[in-house]
Amino acid sequence: MSATGIGAAVRRKEDQRFVTGKGHYTDDVNRPGQCCAYFLRSPHARARIRAIDSGAAAKAPGVLAILTGAELAGDKVGNLICGWMIKSKDGSQMKMAPHPALAHGMANHVGDAVAVIVAETLAQAKDAAEKINVDYEPLPGVTDPAKAQAEGAPQIHEVAARNTIYQWHLGDQKAAEGAFNAAHHVTRLDFINNRLAPNAIEPRAAIGEYDSGSDGLTLWNTTQNPHVARLVISAFVGIAPEHKLRVIAPDVGGGFGSKIFIYPEEVVCLWAARKIGRPVKWVSDRSEAFLTDAHGRDHVTHAEMAFDVEGRATGLRVKTIANLGAYMSTFSSSVPTYLYGTLLSGQYDIPAIYCEVDAVYTNTVPVDAYRGAGRPEATFVVERLMEVGAREMGVDPADLRKKNFIKKFPHQTPVIMNYDAGDYHASLKKALEIADYDGFGKRKRESARHDKLRGVGISTYIEACGIAPSQAVGSLGCGVGLWESAEVRVNPTGSVEVLTGCHQHGQGHETTFAQVVAERLGIAIDNVSIVHGDTDKVQFGMGTYGSRSGAVGISAIVKALDKIEAKAKKVAAHLLEAAEGDIVFQDGKFTVAGTDKSAAWGDVALNAYIAHKFVGAELEPGLKEGAFYDPVNFTFPAGCHICEVEVDPQTGESEIVAWTAVDDFGTVINPMIVEGQVHGGIAQGVGQALLEGVVYDKDGQLVTGSLMDYCMPRAHNLPTLKVDMTTTKSPSNPLGIKGCGEAGAIAAPVAVINAITDAIGTEDLAMPATAQAVWQALQKVNSRRQAA
Amino acid sequence: MSAVALTVNGKAVTGDVDPRTLLVQYLRENLRLTGTHVGCDTSQCGACVVHVDGKAVKACTVFVWQLEGANVTTIEGLAEPSGPLHPMQEAFREHHGLQCGYCTPGMIMTAVDMVNRKGNDLDDPTIRHELEGNLCRCTGYHNIVKAIAAGAKAMGKGQAQPAS
Repeated sequence: MSATGIGAAVRRKEDQRFVTGKGHYTDDVNRPGQCCAYFLRSPHARARIRAIDSGAAAKAPGVLAILTGAELAGDKVGNLICGWMIKSKDGSQMKMAPHPALAHGMANHVGDAVAVIVAETLAQAKDAAEKINVDYEPLPGVTDPAKAQAEGAPQIHEVAARNTIYQWHLGDQKAAEGAFNAAHHVTRLDFINNRLAPNAIEPRAAIGEYDSGSDGLTLWNTTQNPHVARLVISAFVGIAPEHKLRVIAPDVGGGFGSKIFIYPEEVVCLWAARKIGRPVKWVSDRSEAFLTDAHGRDHVTHAEMAFDVEGRATGLRVKTIANLGAYMSTFSSSVPTYLYGTLLSGQYDIPAIYCEVDAVYTNTVPVDAYRGAGRPEATFVVERLMEVGAREMGVDPADLRKKNFIKKFPHQTPVIMNYDAGDYHASLKKALEIADYDGFGKRKRESARHDKLRGVGISTYIEACGIAPSQAVGSLGCGVGLWESAEVRVNPTGSVEVLTGCHQHGQGHETTFAQVVAERLGIAIDNVSIVHGDTDKVQFGMGTYGSRSGAVGISAIVKALDKIEAKAKKVAAHLLEAAEGDIVFQDGKFTVAGTDKSAAWGDVALNAYIAHKFVGAELEPGLKEGAFYDPVNFTFPAGCHICEVEVDPQTGESEIVAWTAVDDFGTVINPMIVEGQVHGGIAQGVGQALLEGVVYDKDGQLVTGSLMDYCMPRAHNLPTLKVDMTTTKSPSNPLGIKGCGEAGAIAAPVAVINAITDAIGTEDLAMPATAQAVWQALQKVNSRRQAA
Repeated sequence: MSAVALTVNGKAVTGDVDPRTLLVQYLRENLRLTGTHVGCDTSQCGACVVHVDGKAVKACTVFVWQLEGANVTTIEGLAEPSGPLHPMQEAFREHHGLQCGYCTPGMIMTAVDMVNRKGNDLDDPTIRHELEGNLCRCTGYHNIVKAIAAGAKAMGKGQAQPAS
């Protein structure tokens, strides 16, 4: 391993600009002649918009335009769409309701944009907004997914009877029924996977700019996938043809899924920029983010696991109602289906699985992928059942897991996925050792001496990353291919630019991608630049989400590097006057096998461009190659997280006193960065388990509408984390990478809940397990004990 | 309009501003010092922390007209532009105390203030408690805590003095 190659903890190239305040985020961009947009939003969960009187506002100082859904419809601006078509079990297509960028006729959630005010300054736009009079007719709405399908519930969209978008299922119902009929023991649980607000610290922002000279539009946008934004905005919304639309995603301050989607505000900024003839900028404030950034999770689930007399899991049945909010966001339909049901086998050899998911509309912010996206929900189901099953049967939860682990690979689960590689025993064993699982009893007694209840919780999770084989996702309803593209440009002086369709918003691609290239070409890492985030520079890409950048994005780069090496060998052969087959490339040097003749990387790069020795048309000048990489399978990172908590029975407060994570991510390019991804994922998972939860009141008002009300994890909520790894390489891509971005958020919530329920002696505990929730659960336990 | 006159990163600045202009808006929009970030609207996130007369202040909590004659340091003024990084900046880089970089300027300005008040030997609970006004969504704080402890020590060795 070289000091900067694959496996080295190289310090990040991008950090110089970030630690000096020289990052370049969307809100840092200002265009000549720029004006500001402010959105007027519905204060009602559901209301008919009878009329909008903007006469007084239009005359307010600085106002350039006030635009509403009526104008948007008049200009034939298309609706936002959901790109993954899910079919119900009866074969019918999902019920996608129209989603205009500005509400027209009906407002369907608090925060639904009804008008945009464009003015010289933001303050003027806000002042003018106060002068707009919207005549609303408030109507009853529904926010609770468990009530959305009830008879008599208000129907939100004409296309969706009983607010039902689809009734999907996966697996073998009869086989599962057989397993439950023959079961020795059945564990049953009902729970809610709590709704979360993503809260990247950088709020979303967009600038639309129109150039009448070229009839082109440019969008600066906080997006994780600029090319997908360009495709959707051109092909479906129809604002500009694809070749006349440039999308630039500069530095982006965190995404976690929430910046994958195509949002109304970016469409409106482009549309307004063309109408007004000036660049239009919008920056979300945090309150707007709570009202508009796609939320995550929000499942209501009943799940049951059948065990035989030996404790082997023989069957799993799951019934989930998934809340998709007021409109179907870009990839919302896939999250509670193919990103959820397909992972319900966990790390276990479960012969029969059957899963049913009803997706529903409610008068809430749209729900879509949030770090983990379906996989944390699946892991929560499987790992709660395994833990509670062990407790009910009186066996050690670690032993029950061992008994049920998949041991041979490849392994075909009953829910589509074919696991290619893994060693679940190895990660569990290592985690148990690091966590000193055997010494837990002693620590529990020690805690008891201080009047604290100590608990331990295990989570042996699996995820599917490397999203995704195009053919496979196409057969499941996905509207796009999920390949990645790369272009490697070798300059005449030997430095290299790599253009990737992935996008970084914290992942450190400028470092890790450069590590791969530097090692392969035998050049200094400082001579490699990674270019991303601009559709005019990078021709194609599908972006960064689903822990795909390593497994798919880097694989595309490797494929392009293969082509570079092949072409460079031809150039070297001309240069060294040798047969191409005799050229060996190693450590940045081309040698003629069996001789001392060699050429350095720089010589070959230069000769590729001066081309003085090329004869005729036999060899084209230049050294630049592109590649598309389409994965052959998902990758399957897996591991074991162990959480230890101390609960104060007087207050209900839970403190995480130890955390062990042992993950198998396959080949690791930069362990420092990978560990950082694990830390961050755990923090988000701990947030879900202990602190975070979106709350709507009965009228559909968002109660948790600011950082004063929505509890984000802070430094004192988290312990020092012990992070380690085991490795089985993925056989499905050239470097054996699996992916690491979401693991922590997938593994963590259930580890915490398993630990707290172990401490307090009841399984009846909802997330977030706040001090109040834990205290109330403890009171129930105490009153049961007293009654007995 | 309100007249303002203050010093930012060692340079005197003057001008007329709308009285509702916050310090963070003035820094970002008038002076184009965009290293100071806005992450919320309730003074919870700490992305906008700067130093005013040597003390950490959330720049979204003060109007610029309140700062007549004040000495403001932002992330851009923490180290000499052409010189080495401030030890706290270097510690964040060395210990991977940042991912997306958005909370980072506020974190670093808070960390330097922490050292100024609490000294160079900062233990884990102290750092975590002192960070209660700064949110990070990427790092889980693990490496931020490590970076601040190391940065505090480095500042004590006189590798560089805090600029404010």
